[in-house]
Amino acid sequence: MNSVSVRILLVRGMLAGLAAGVLAFLFGYFVGEGSVDAAIAFEEANSHEHGGEELVSRSVQSTAGLATGVLVFGVAIGGIAALAFCFALGRIGRFGARATAALTALAGFLLVYLVPILKYPANPPAVGNPDTIGKRTMLFVLMIVLSVLLGIGAVLLGRRLAPAWGNWNASIAAGAAFVAAVAIAMVVLPHGDNTPKGFPATDLWEFRLASIGIQAVLWAAFGLLFGYLAERVLEPRSARGRVSTLAA
Amino acid sequence: MAQSTAAPTPTTQTLTPLPLREIAPWAVFVGVLMLVLLYFVGAEQGATALVSGEGVHEWVHDARHLLGFPCH
Repeated sequence: MNSVSVRILLVRGMLAGLAAGVLAFLFGYFVGEGSVDAAIAFEEANSHEHGGEELVSRSVQSTAGLATGVLVFGVAIGGIAALAFCFALGRIGRFGARATAALTALAGFLLVYLVPILKYPANPPAVGNPDTIGKRTMLFVLMIVLSVLLGIGAVLLGRRLAPAWGNWNASIAAGAAFVAAVAIAMVVLPHGDNTPKGFPATDLWEFRLASIGIQAVLWAAFGLLFGYLAERVLEPRSARGRVSTLAA
Repeated sequence: MAQSTAAPTPTTQTLTPLPLREIAPWAVFVGVLMLVLLYFVGAEQGATALVSGEGVHEWVHDARHLLGFPCH
């Protein structure tokens, strides 16, 4: 195996991310846009300064704009996850290509999205004070970095304990250590919520659920598709499981 | 590269790890490029701005909200 396979895996990861982005866009368009529109309606009914001309119309924002953002995001996380997959392959235990890809995607969803948003949840338009955008962005990125580092630490801890404790107990210990460390970080970091008075709780809940859904669709589709594509590179033809001669 | 061991176990054999020195250059260059893409989707013309105006922010507005980034 040479660096050609890293390149091939990277390209396939980005393509899988692009395809996953298409599904996530469809989910976002059909499921998420309703709550975005509801939030914007609230914003317009409750603010006097926000009028003026629109730079990008709502119909473009909810179609081409949403698609651009989600597809670029899909390609980017696809590339990064493919690199993480290249690193994890054969290093995290006895897993084949598909299982490693699924675990990488699951770790990505948990560490890059789900754990950070438990502290700093996604907010629809009208929720969030523009004056604090810098602070909130910094805290959100900090939470992602912490979550990823603690996740990597937990994997290393688990691998280290595994020989003495067995995989099951080592995994439980590593998972518990991760949860405890994340909980401490969440208690220590300042809270970032500033929902305006009167904002409908149902809209907020539906928006956040849609946000979780769009990310879940993206990561799940990426993990499954990339697993399939990676397996075809790494375990050619009928020799699934017999890892050997990928043309040098 | 293929070292055939005496007892191959067809379904559970662990894949050979890819050497770190072959992952590293891709990780550095492509990894940074991907982070730049994430920055433009997630934070440009929000917390900080490399390009002036509101065009990028407004164009990816809905994606930024729905993907969970603080938008404004």
